[in-house]
Amino acid sequence: MNTRERVAIIFRDVFDDDKLQVKDSTCAADIEDWDSLAQINLLVAMEKEFRIKLNLSEVKDLKNVGDMISVIEKKLAA
Amino acid sequence: MSISQTSDDLLLRKAKKLREELIQRPNLVAKKIAILGGSTTDQLVQVLELFLLEAGIKPTFYQSNYNRYFEDVIDDDSALYQFQPEIVYLHTTIRNIRSFPTLNDKPDQVKTLVALEMAPLQAVWKKLGEKLKASVIQNNFDLPPFRPLGNLEFSLSEGKVNYVTELNREIAIWARTHSNFYVQDIGYLSAAYGLEQWHDLNHWYAYKYAMSVNALPKLARNLSSIISSILGKSKKCLVLDLDNTLWGGIIGDDGAGGISLGPETPLGEAYRDFQSYCRSLKARGILLAVCSKNEEIAAKSGFNHPDSVLQLDDFAAFKANWEPKPDNLVQIAQELNIGLDSLVFVDDSRFEREMVRKQLPQVSVPEIGEEVTSYVRILEEAKFFESVSISAEDQKRAQLYILERERESAKMLFSDYNEYLKSLEMRAEIRPFSATYLDRITQLINKTNQFNLTTVRLTGGEVSASLTDPNQVTLYGRLADKFGDHGLISVVAGNIEKQSLKVSLWLMSCRVLKRGMELAMFNALLMEARKRGLKHIQGHYLPTAKNAMVAKFYEELGFRLESRSDNGGTIWGYDIQTAKTPAQHFISVNQEHSNPKENPKEEKTRRSA
Repeated sequence: MNTRERVAIIFRDVFDDDKLQVKDSTCAADIEDWDSLAQINLLVAMEKEFRIKLNLSEVKDLKNVGDMISVIEKKLAA
Repeated sequence: MSISQTSDDLLLRKAKKLREELIQRPNLVAKKIAILGGSTTDQLVQVLELFLLEAGIKPTFYQSNYNRYFEDVIDDDSALYQFQPEIVYLHTTIRNIRSFPTLNDKPDQVKTLVALEMAPLQAVWKKLGEKLKASVIQNNFDLPPFRPLGNLEFSLSEGKVNYVTELNREIAIWARTHSNFYVQDIGYLSAAYGLEQWHDLNHWYAYKYAMSVNALPKLARNLSSIISSILGKSKKCLVLDLDNTLWGGIIGDDGAGGISLGPETPLGEAYRDFQSYCRSLKARGILLAVCSKNEEIAAKSGFNHPDSVLQLDDFAAFKANWEPKPDNLVQIAQELNIGLDSLVFVDDSRFEREMVRKQLPQVSVPEIGEEVTSYVRILEEAKFFESVSISAEDQKRAQLYILERERESAKMLFSDYNEYLKSLEMRAEIRPFSATYLDRITQLINKTNQFNLTTVRLTGGEVSASLTDPNQVTLYGRLADKFGDHGLISVVAGNIEKQSLKVSLWLMSCRVLKRGMELAMFNALLMEARKRGLKHIQGHYLPTAKNAMVAKFYEELGFRLESRSDNGGTIWGYDIQTAKTPAQHFISVNQEHSNPKENPKEEKTRRSA
């Protein structure tokens, strides 16, 4: 499974919606329950899933799914 | 999917789905819980809800705004007080300590600083105690993430580690001297988790979590076990397999000489220590039972091993046979008069564990594995036996079950049951609630399931409030006999409305069934009602899954059925004026003599109804 698919599953888990489809451009405005609480759950789940640690500057700039995937891939490549 | 099969790492991620499933469970008890945090608590609440639902509690939460707990508590008109929580959790951490000592502060100055630091917290605790009847859970302080003074932080009086220790000592003292106030020891929790992992600075700066979000499942599980304990939902009995659980090897094959137990081998030592752990649970009131596939004689011979810490009389029930284990567990629960949901079953065999899980989902079956060195850790992680207080009754409980066996054998000698009851030389103390027994009364109210007419649960605060309420009639009953002391085993309480006493609580420990104690309580209640000039007693029976044994209780006492409610409940009335003589029993009530043989004025009157 690639990063994109794994991220999509995290979204489905956190929002408990098996049919949820996310695109790179998907952002908080597109998903009703995507509030600051969900944002923390998403980021912590990603840290666990990919065994990475997001630093403060990274955390602050994650506005949509594409941002998240690219920061994860950058971390995994490093 | 269930919580026990979901790893801590996935709990938050799967929280919504888990919640949806758990909330479908039958018989959830609703509770209002306020979470007052000095840091973010949203995720904590999310995970805590899962553990509480699993424990049969359906919480409604109030959360203070970020670090506004002090204002919430001090303001009389705050939303907190409109919410009227039954449980308040105060979650402050090292991040909320306002000032630390500075280098070269003298011990006196540090002492003053401790007092200054504690003052607002103490004000909060005091105010909560005055305004609410809620149980308050305060966590102590975790150790700091950094030590600029290194190891001196511990030894210098102005050191941060020393300072935190001093603050925590103040919290402990408050807990020892105030009722309804319980400490969650996150000092220990964070150490067990690992301080380096506990303090996640990214999570602090980014989300304002005082500890790593990953540590929240551990924190929440621990908190949930304290809440369960306050509500009387802790487990009561540890049921143990024998071979490769309490000793290494197969007793039926190897004999007492061949099993691994004792200091000669590393494995034997580990089994001995596990036995010691079980014994320490027994000492604080957890019942022990054996459930083993073995010949009984062989099974018992294991406890003759010179290094066996556990002895046969440590067990309240002993089942060694070839019947299926679920059948034996049902029998153990019956013998001990406790529910299946009070049992924890420990067996190294995966087969047996699965069978019990499938057939008796009410029984807790930890995934104990087959490594004796892991048994204690797995048991402790599950927090089955968390207890907010240890009463004198708890410590005597195991002994009581052994005395009960002696009574049973004494019963054989009598053909007439009344003769047997007389021979027990029973003495009771029946009086209004008093502060001395507050903890035990609260415990009994929250634990008793079978002989319980209404199954109303009360917090210590609510019980305490009844002490001074002139409209409440309260009675507790203690019972002793020639074999020993049962302790405080019955509670009756009600409110006076006009000239009627509305009985809201009537319960008794099943340990003393069929002794006539319920009749002695009834006589005392009648006496109290007469003293207050009341004309009528109204009793209420509310059926639950467990209290069918008292469905006809009021009828048997001579009450008349007044009405039925939709939920299957019945309301009964008793006219005090037309009541004749008191009910007959063989218990001498409120006589100070220690030996009733020298006391001929035993209460022996004819039963009227």
